[in-house]
Order: sequence, then C-alpha cells, then structure tokens
Amino acid sequence: MGHILTLERQTLSDTGAGHGGALARLDPRARILGACAFAMVTVVCSWMPVLVAALLMAVGLMWLSRVPVAPTLRRMAAMDSFIIFLLALLPFSVPGDTIFTLWGFAASWQGLALAVEILLTANAVVLALLSLVGTMEPVTLGHALSRLRVPDTLVHLLMFTIRYIDVLRAEYLRLRQAMKMRGFRPSTNWHSYRSFGYLVGMMLVRAIERSERVLGAMKCRGFAGRIPLLETLAYGRSDALFAAGLGAALLALFAAEIAHAAV
Amino acid sequence: MPLFELADIRFGYPGQALILRGASLALHEGQRLSITGPNGAGKSTLLRIMVGLLRPDAGRVVAFGKPRRTEAEFHEVRRRAGLVFQDPDDQLFCPTVAEDIAFGPLNLGKTRAEAVAIVDRTLDRLDLMHLRDRITYKLSGGEKRLVTLATVLAMEPEVLLLDEPTNALDEANEARLVEILQSLPQPMVLVSHDARFRAKIASESLRLADGVLAPDPAP
Repeated sequence: MGHILTLERQTLSDTGAGHGGALARLDPRARILGACAFAMVTVVCSWMPVLVAALLMAVGLMWLSRVPVAPTLRRMAAMDSFIIFLLALLPFSVPGDTIFTLWGFAASWQGLALAVEILLTANAVVLALLSLVGTMEPVTLGHALSRLRVPDTLVHLLMFTIRYIDVLRAEYLRLRQAMKMRGFRPSTNWHSYRSFGYLVGMMLVRAIERSERVLGAMKCRGFAGRIPLLETLAYGRSDALFAAGLGAALLALFAAEIAHAAV
Repeated sequence: MPLFELADIRFGYPGQALILRGASLALHEGQRLSITGPNGAGKSTLLRIMVGLLRPDAGRVVAFGKPRRTEAEFHEVRRRAGLVFQDPDDQLFCPTVAEDIAFGPLNLGKTRAEAVAIVDRTLDRLDLMHLRDRITYKLSGGEKRLVTLATVLAMEPEVLLLDEPTNALDEANEARLVEILQSLPQPMVLVSHDARFRAKIASESLRLADGVLAPDPAP
C-alpha cells in the first residue's frame, strides 16, 4: 500500500498488491511483526557498522519483495525530506570538536555523526516497512492487524478509511470539475480562498451526512459494535523459516551492538 | 393484519418545515406498493421512519403487529424488513463482497460457517458468484447495486423496502434487477421515479405530495 505515497497512480484502484515476490506468500502477520522487530532493533542500535548492515538488510528485503526499485527509493527519499532540516541543523546544535564554522556557528563531528546515525536508522526502517508491509493489499493489512489483536476501533478506522477514501476523492474531483466548468481558475486572491473554503466545507458536510447514512445502513443489518471479518490467515512453514531467518539476523545485529558497547 | 401500518405520520428535519404532514400507509402480505412524488417530498424519509432510523414527531408506526417507538423495538423490525439504500456506497462498507453479505447474518448470531453458506447461497441465487471475493470499492455501479440487494436478501427479510434502486443503472443491469425483483416472493415498498420500472414491479402506486400519501391518479 506504499503506492498511496506517490500521486502518479490512482489511489487504491491499484493497490500495490500483486507484486511482492517471495515475501508476498508469507503470512501478513509475519511480515508486520517482522517489520516491527526490525524497526525496534534498528532504533536501539547506534554503532555505525551495525546501522549500515541494517540498511543493507533492508535493501535485501526490498530485493526479496520484488518491489520496483526506483519508485520505492523515491518514497524513501520523500520521508527524508521531512527530517532534512533536523539533520542539517544537528551538526550546529550538538557541541563537540569543530569541523568548520559557518557565519559564526561551529559544526561538530559529534553532531554530524548523530545526523548520519539518524539518517541510516530512518531509511533502513522505512525501506523495510515499504518492502514488508507496503506490498500488502490494504484490506489484508486490516485483517492481519485485527488478528494481531489491535483494538477493534483502530482496525475499523483503517477499514473505513480504505473503503471511503476513494469515494471522498471522487466527490472532491466532481466538485472540482464542476468549479472548473464554471471558469474557476485558482489564483492568489480572496475569491479563490473562499471558493476552496466552500469546497472543503462542502466535503466535510457531505462526509458527515454520508457517515450517518452508513451508520443507518449498518443498523439496518443489526450492527452492534463489532464488524466480523472473514479471513483465513494461517501460519505455515515458510513463515517459520522467515521468522527464524529474520530473527537470527536481527539477533546478530543486536549482539554486535552490545559487543561494541562493552568494549 | 397489515405488515406495516403508518398512521398520520408527521416529521420535519430540525430547523426545517414539516416534510410529512399526516402521511398514512398500510402494507399487507403479498402487496407491492410503489411510491412516487417530487424531489424532496419525503419518500426516503418515509422508508427511514418505517425501520426506525428516524423517529416521527407525531403519528404511529405499527410493524409486524406491534407498535414500535423505541430503538429496541425497532431492532426486530430491521431484522425482518430489509431496506435497500439509494446510494450503494452508503450500504457496502466491508472490504470484500463476501464479508459485506456475511455482516448481517453474523449480527443475527449465525456462526461463521453458516454465514459463509448464506453468502454462497445468496450469491448463487442472484447469479453473482463471480463477485464473491471482489473488493467492494472496486465494483462498478451496477455490480454495487446488485450486491447491496444481496446483502439485504442474506438476512432473509419478510419485507423489502427499496429506495430508488434503478439509480445509475444501465439498461442491462436494470433488466437484471427487474428479473430478480419479479422472482422474489416478498411484499415490497418501492420508491422510484421511473414509471415503467414501477409498473413492472408494483401493482399499486401511491403519490407523496405536500406531506400526504394518496393513490396515484396516473400510475
């Protein structure tokens, strides 16, 4: 479901499922737990070689999951744009041995090391997440989370988002087209701001009304707070192999980190 | 004894004038009623009042032989009367078609195996088996409509309430819907603007205008 992050393809009509290679045949729960374990170990570690190894592992997972490389790396880079300012400022905000001075502010080696550490950690985690969870059909993700005992309310929230995001988008596009047909061209003036305000307001009102109709339809069919899901997830031999392999690799990373810290 | 009896129903949405001003209706076993009327006359509102999604300001709703006033009293009504909504997107909210159809039976306390059997039986009867594992938001408009009918029929309702079921249907899908509805044994209340469609399904026609139901002069 990582495709939602880029706009070139239509949201949800193409779900990003279908590819996924060897990993696609694994139980979704194994993939989610694997991604979580990977994230935890990577965040805990801070020795540079271990982080580089983690990033390489994530690249390996990406290769195993057969996701298209260029779009996946672009999505990863999109995440980097959120932390770029933090990374750029770290060398200046962390005290330590000076590398160079810019307009009177000293950049430190320690700060630079911290920035690189964060960069490696974040990219490794996101890449692993995109490879393991991002290749899942959104609906499957919901089912798997529900089976992993994630609270019902959160799973329902995810399921309703999956179900209605496209309806809302279609509604937005219809309204937008109707505006265009009457010669609306957005520019920097109060008329444009007001019109967009109306558009957003109208979508909110319609969404609320729709939610009331949906609740009515659910009540008509005896809704009493639970949405039963019909999925047939079962752990198999390949899941055990995957868990053992990933577990061993993560353990090795963690052991290396501990050994380094002990020295 | 009528299945449904609405007597002198008055209803207005908050902050607006009364939309129903003393509407009365009776639906008997074996009867197929159609309701027509101008936009905003309150046709959908009337169906919602019948299953208790809206409460009238005044008037009496009697369903399956008992007066119904509270939410708890309407639970049984909703189990025995199936309402097909105007917009299929309002009704299909589960990820897959099979899950959406199983939602009602599971709420009625059926086991998963029983629910799956009902799903298969219903889809088979409507000749929609090919849609079983499709994802609801990826269905076409016509498919969505037929699946909403399946979700309601899966609860084996004694009465069907249909709100503009031909909305956004092409000719082929409309013909399919007519065929299905004609084959069903249930009494129905059908809200539709389409006179030809009404004539094919319902034997009697009512007109809702100025908040009151009256026999349609030109059915």
